[in-house]
Amino acid sequence: MSALRLALHRCVDLTENALGWLFPPAWNPVLNLGALGFFFYWIITVSGIYIYIFFDTGVQNAYQSIEYMTHEQWYLAGIMRSLHRYASDALIIVMLLHLVREFARDRCRGVRWFSWVTGVPVLVMVYFAGISGYWLVWDKLAQYVAIVSTEWLDMLGIFGQPIARNFLSPDALESRFFTLMIFMHIAIPLIALAILWIHLQRVTKPRINPPRGLALSVFAALMALSLIHPALSQAPADLAVVPGKVGLDWFYLPLYPLLETLPGNLTWGLAGCFLVIMIAIPWLPPMKRALPAAVDLDNCNGCARCYNDCPYNAITLVARTDGRAFEREPLVNPAYCVACGLCAGSCPTSMPFRRLSALSPGIDLQERTIASLRDQTEEVAGGLTGPGRIMVFGCDDGPALKRVASQSIGIVPVVCLGQLPPTFIDYVLSRNLADGVMLTGCSENSCTARFGIEWTKQRLAGERDPHLRNRVPRERLRTLWAGAAGTGALQQALVEFSSELASATPDVRAAPPPTCSPATMETQDA
Amino acid sequence: MPDMLRYAGQFVFLAMIMVVIGYFSSQPVYLQIPDGMAQIKLSFSHGGARKVDCRKLTVKELAALPPTKRRPNTCGRERIPVHVQLVLDGQLLYDELLEATGLWNDGPSRTYKKLIVPAGPHVVVARLRDTKRQSGFDYEVSQDVTLEPFQNLAIDFKADAGGFQFR
Repeated sequence: MSALRLALHRCVDLTENALGWLFPPAWNPVLNLGALGFFFYWIITVSGIYIYIFFDTGVQNAYQSIEYMTHEQWYLAGIMRSLHRYASDALIIVMLLHLVREFARDRCRGVRWFSWVTGVPVLVMVYFAGISGYWLVWDKLAQYVAIVSTEWLDMLGIFGQPIARNFLSPDALESRFFTLMIFMHIAIPLIALAILWIHLQRVTKPRINPPRGLALSVFAALMALSLIHPALSQAPADLAVVPGKVGLDWFYLPLYPLLETLPGNLTWGLAGCFLVIMIAIPWLPPMKRALPAAVDLDNCNGCARCYNDCPYNAITLVARTDGRAFEREPLVNPAYCVACGLCAGSCPTSMPFRRLSALSPGIDLQERTIASLRDQTEEVAGGLTGPGRIMVFGCDDGPALKRVASQSIGIVPVVCLGQLPPTFIDYVLSRNLADGVMLTGCSENSCTARFGIEWTKQRLAGERDPHLRNRVPRERLRTLWAGAAGTGALQQALVEFSSELASATPDVRAAPPPTCSPATMETQDA
Repeated sequence: MPDMLRYAGQFVFLAMIMVVIGYFSSQPVYLQIPDGMAQIKLSFSHGGARKVDCRKLTVKELAALPPTKRRPNTCGRERIPVHVQLVLDGQLLYDELLEATGLWNDGPSRTYKKLIVPAGPHVVVARLRDTKRQSGFDYEVSQDVTLEPFQNLAIDFKADAGGFQFR
């Protein structure tokens, strides 16, 4: 499983980077798959409501009503029909890619099992909804879909009468069947929407709308396709004739030829196994879970920054329990916490200048603490020599840091860049631990911890607490959001940055130690 | 990358996706049965005779029953299998002993069978035995049919309507 995941991870990285050349990070379609899925859902809903006005659910009139829409009112209902179909196909594409990407990026195991498991029924329901939609057109394809579907259901042997007998001959079919299908075609997407709401419960600020520019581009492309190549019905259904040559929608019906030819026991068995495996993926194998973030009330004033920054709804604010004169305190739900460290990075007490007391933030990871980060930073800085020394802080999912380490380049891995409080940059530069600081991590808009990059950018820009102090010379700070495939780009950026620093700064190795005492610095930053 | 080149690349990318969607939404065409073939679909739901025939209850048996459960006849639940055969141009195409459905084998026997045959003129013979007779069939019909390519000939069975029905 891990080999498959790794291979897919590389493919996903390559695709993201390739599209990164064409699209700005916020517009990259691969980084907006979930949001695009919602966008297509709304297109399907609006177009579906419109074409339902003209749709006749009677077995005799269904086909004619759709022909009317397609040919007589092509300029509106016809386009709506095409949008309905093509957006449905696009939904399948983005949904499957979203699934593969989350699997490849290992965002389905550990505490993230919930989003994965609740996504599986949505996948099944979207397929059901699409298949039931094809049924309603009552053309040759609908006939094929209806017969193969009911024959497959009959193989379960749970129905009193084989439901495929409804399609035995032209006189066997009743309009009631269509009423049932239209009910299913409307009800299933609504249920899927309700499950999608549950699907998003464990993430904060879910991105359910793509950037406007991307949405407009995609919609324009769908419109163009609808005008150039409108969705058409095939010949009307006739139960006295085998559909014969059928133009299948391969996004929804790729397995139908197999359902028809393989034994029912095998196809139902495979379908059952597939479903079980899909649901079990978060535990294949179980993830070794990092310990969740822990609150230290002695250093917490309940400022709520960790609560605001947590990407997974793992922190709630509850009434103070220690009797101190603060209203609230954060409470970490271990079942939701992915140990990304964004809370520690947001805590104003994550202050590396602190020397008089132990560096124990109000909230911190238990395994990779802020104190250990400071120790590691100082240890790495001690080994740096030469002009143009750079301290690189990089996340676990970013470029391969070990490959860029050298005598003048020190590396300090963090769980996520969002774990790094901006004061660390100030600390490194003001204490002359390095001449410059490079922050690197996941590709832009693709942060493993969802908001690590975004929060870091906002903190550096002074738009989000805790801010990077104004005194920090910005020319001695660089960021590179390149992802795991960006090691080469990081090497190149470091070479340029290092030579820039070397030429711009005097040999800082000979510089006197900072004039301010640790105690003064702590006061200034506190 | 220059902006114009970027925009052009975005256009090409979206156009490619739309071509993929437009094409695979209805192509390539799937051939359900080969050219020149037709389909015979045999399907029915029919209960065979009871394994133990119905009989009148004796006076003694009736007296032993609670008053609310007294009825003149008693019948065994289990039904015998239905034997069905389909012969095309003298060649046995389908020959099956269909067990009664239900946990106690007390439901009707059912079948739903699709047979792909060459189009053209044929003599179709359908036979069914639903009683305890050891040989022969209770229902038999022979019909000359000319099947067009891709035609679907449905054969149903309804004892009330006289047996096999060709549609």
